[in-house]
Amino acid sequence: MSDLASAAVEQVYRQHRTRMLAALVRALGDFELAEDALQEACSQALRKWPRSQVPDDPFAWLLTVARNHALDRLRHARMARAKLPAPPPETTVMSEKQLVDLGDERLSLIFTCCHPALAEDARSALTLQAVAGFTAAQIARTFLVAETALAQRLVRAKRKIRDAGITFEVPADHLLPERLRGVLGVLYLIFTRGYTVPDASLRQEALRLGKLVAALMPDEPEAHGLVALMLLHDSRSAARFTSDGELVLLDDQDRSLWNTGEIAEGMALLDRALRFGSPGPYVLHAVIAALHVQDPVDWSRVAALYAELLAVAPTPVVELNHAVAVAMVDGPEAGLALIDGIAGLDSYHLLHSARADLLRRLDRRPEAVAAYRLAHDLAVSPADRRFLAGRMRSLEAKCHNDSPGAENLR
Amino acid sequence: MHYMFLIYNCEDRPQHGDQRFEEILTRVNAFADECRRRGAFVAGDPLKPVSTATTVRVRDGKPVLTDGPFAETHEHLGGYYLLNCRDLDEALELAEMVPQAHYGATIEVRPVDHIPGLNHGVA
Repeated sequence: MSDLASAAVEQVYRQHRTRMLAALVRALGDFELAEDALQEACSQALRKWPRSQVPDDPFAWLLTVARNHALDRLRHARMARAKLPAPPPETTVMSEKQLVDLGDERLSLIFTCCHPALAEDARSALTLQAVAGFTAAQIARTFLVAETALAQRLVRAKRKIRDAGITFEVPADHLLPERLRGVLGVLYLIFTRGYTVPDASLRQEALRLGKLVAALMPDEPEAHGLVALMLLHDSRSAARFTSDGELVLLDDQDRSLWNTGEIAEGMALLDRALRFGSPGPYVLHAVIAALHVQDPVDWSRVAALYAELLAVAPTPVVELNHAVAVAMVDGPEAGLALIDGIAGLDSYHLLHSARADLLRRLDRRPEAVAAYRLAHDLAVSPADRRFLAGRMRSLEAKCHNDSPGAENLR
Repeated sequence: MHYMFLIYNCEDRPQHGDQRFEEILTRVNAFADECRRRGAFVAGDPLKPVSTATTVRVRDGKPVLTDGPFAETHEHLGGYYLLNCRDLDEALELAEMVPQAHYGATIEVRPVDHIPGLNHGVA
């Protein structure tokens, strides 16, 4: 019986944690209070369910207990402050019925975590904690920061949400396009964080959250575009590293290792997104990713799409990708000229590895070696560093006639 | 919820008689009208230049006066709005509409705090 009950608590928690937290933040307007209340409700369930029995609606039971616990805490806090006339907390907190009837507030939770008034690094950390259920320790490892620093960052963000009047709502229509871009940006950042390591958990979480946003906002082509983009990148993940964790470039990848299910799912989503017309940046990126899983890659279309991206969402990284695609079509000299015109990417290792590759193809070996060395020194991921060191060595040894640093840059 | 908009870096605003004065005055007044239309306007004023500032500190019970602003930064507080907004989103939307921001000013948006027992304040 007791095992059954704790299994029941665990199941409800695992399945509904995000929804319960979202509902409680919505009802209480306070992140930390909501988290503590949910913890308390779970530990009460662990104590009480074995003795009586598992309630008919465990979800509603946990929410109600959490709400009442939070109300108690608010009351005590107000009483402790002074004998001051203060409005009873009930007036600011939802009723039990309102709370249980609230419906799915997960989208509000995501928008709140990704609010542009929060520090950029706090947005992805908060999303991973509140929406994905990562622990602070896991997130700290992901972002290569100390756990205490990360915990402080999370607390600061939660208090700002409470104190600065950041509402717990999907933003109004006129703010939605920009805010959705922000949410998708956070999810893509989480995905790309996970892209440099063989471990799949971050990528899978970003995909899961992306699918959730796309399912909750079916009329937003960019949300579908992002999911398609992530699927198409993810489809190659088994082929991107050797069994020893060494990086494998697109041209050298074993295509039989590509996940055809993910490719098909990504293509279908992309079709759907394209039907909306006037594609945004994520849809364009997804089309480019789709071209990369074709054999051979149609580089002139890739170059044209990057040019289109430069028109709608210009960034130095898009400029770099455009330059690499142009090099594939018009030759390394044309690509090099474009790369040398890019401002603001001097400390980006992929700029230097792309330069090195073009210099190598132009047989300007000493310059190529120097550029590989610079790329190596700037690269953070061990796999990238090993790969670049290998390139440097083989070039120093003899002029290899191998394929360009494609896909485009990774 | 009340928000204070602290407007920095708008020291060289055009004076009466300058070429752009009328244009900017029209825009600033239109902004206040928009705030009133939303029921958000509480107060808003420009401050005289930082050269008129006197800083007061009390040390060992005695006032110590200093000519000049509190912080020797190059971005000075030049004015403020106090607005009653629905939430931070509305405040940020209005901050973006502050005309001074379109002439190089920086707007710091700060929520007004509630302190139990405080016998004054707008909140």
